[in-house]
Amino acid sequence: MGVPRFWREIPSRYNLIGVKCGNCNKILFPPRFICPHCRRTGKLEPYKLKPKGKVLSYTVIHVAAQGFERMVPYILGIIELEDGPRIMAQITDCDEKEINIGDEVEIIFRKMGEEGKEGVIYYGFKARKIPKS
Amino acid sequence: MREVAVIGVGLTKFGEQWDISFREMLLEAGIRAIEDAGIDGKQLDALYVGNMSAGQFVKQEHIASLIADNAGLTPIAATRVEAACASGGLAFRQAVIAVASGHHDFVVAAGIEKMTDLLTAGVTGALATAADQEWEVYQGATFPALYALMARRHMHEFGTTEEQLAMVAVKNHSNACLNPYAQYHTKITVEQVLKSPPVAKPLKLLDCSPITDGAACVILAPAEKARRFTDTPILVAGTGQASDTISLHSRQTLTGLMATVEAARAAYKMAGMGPKDVDLAEVHDCFTIAEIMAIEDLGFCKKGKGGQLTEEGETALGGKIPINTSGGLKGKGHPVGATGIAQVVEIVTQLRGEAGKRQVDGAEIGLAHNVGGSGGTAVVHVLRRMD
Repeated sequence: MGVPRFWREIPSRYNLIGVKCGNCNKILFPPRFICPHCRRTGKLEPYKLKPKGKVLSYTVIHVAAQGFERMVPYILGIIELEDGPRIMAQITDCDEKEINIGDEVEIIFRKMGEEGKEGVIYYGFKARKIPKS
Repeated sequence: MREVAVIGVGLTKFGEQWDISFREMLLEAGIRAIEDAGIDGKQLDALYVGNMSAGQFVKQEHIASLIADNAGLTPIAATRVEAACASGGLAFRQAVIAVASGHHDFVVAAGIEKMTDLLTAGVTGALATAADQEWEVYQGATFPALYALMARRHMHEFGTTEEQLAMVAVKNHSNACLNPYAQYHTKITVEQVLKSPPVAKPLKLLDCSPITDGAACVILAPAEKARRFTDTPILVAGTGQASDTISLHSRQTLTGLMATVEAARAAYKMAGMGPKDVDLAEVHDCFTIAEIMAIEDLGFCKKGKGGQLTEEGETALGGKIPINTSGGLKGKGHPVGATGIAQVVEIVTQLRGEAGKRQVDGAEIGLAHNVGGSGGTAVVHVLRRMD
């Protein structure tokens, strides 16, 4: 991946910045350029999402995507954030046996990968279970 | 709009075709289709070819003209159509629309993918470009993982079991044994599927369709001219296509494909039919869960009952609604760009009564369902015998 392509998405990937539609108040993440609900009538403003959500589904990946080979097995989930949007994120720091649909998670900043020994290091978000209190 | 009929079909053998090149492969299917139709190449007006990614698989773009060139069909209008694994289905639809509009009379709809010139890691990387690169693949998603996320949720909401998923693969391998063009002529058991290595849990290796080389081709004509070429023209009674978000996480539901529901609605409406009228269907079983969701979304059973319908044997040959008599993507193989056309070839073969040991008795109406990516595109066609 070229540096500009990675650099453009830094606000969203590092700080969970999405957008909020000024017309229908829907919060959208990943950020969009047109609100799919009211199209061009709503003005989209940056919005920082709360880094909390719950697990809608998950899978344990044994045959890795390119660049993730050293991580297998790793857990990938779909998380519904408290603000509404759903995201795809790895679920980290836990064993697959500990995960259930409906579990509450927090979104944390993590290293995602790197481009060889001298290339860019990719960062982004992963999800981590919140222990039940 | 004019009525459109299929007058000729052709396939290559599906599988690891290491001795045949990309440019040779489509020619083989094309010649079979042209000979089947009994049409002269000079009569053909246009060519639509479905292909997901020759650029990645064989480093060749601009393939529509390449194919016309190799087939000796220049200066025919040649167009490539791309929508990931739905490329073939969309090429068929574009060809149907071209004939229906009256702009062209005799049109070739083809599909091709040459996948085994790359090593497996390269193939899975190429296929992953059909998912959202920024928000799915960046997070480590693979295609089996996307369907595994749907499978887990389907199991959670409806009690679908891993055994029921396995039964889809067992059935489709069994059907493939009766199809000389299929990649696999090996029966498998539920136990073998369950014990196969995990790819993306709960999906295992034998829940996944294989990497395949293959090409498929059909010839279309205005229905009123079809009988000049064949005694058994097959009418394209309905066509429907729909889109959805490319990323799975942005969708309202994880347990079905809204693009399939919408495409089916349009195709059924145009055909003036419903799911109860359909005698057999080829559905997009890229993974076992995909077939279970497809038979629900196409209306062959209620949402959540696809696993049960499979377990009861109703989707097998001899069942209420035989699904994937060709072996499907799982058993016949899945050369992604060719799949949508190959599905039409199977339905036409069945409706002509030429399917041999896998023939569905008295089949009059068939449906073909092709999906791109994890459901960002779906296309549905209803075909029927012309009386």
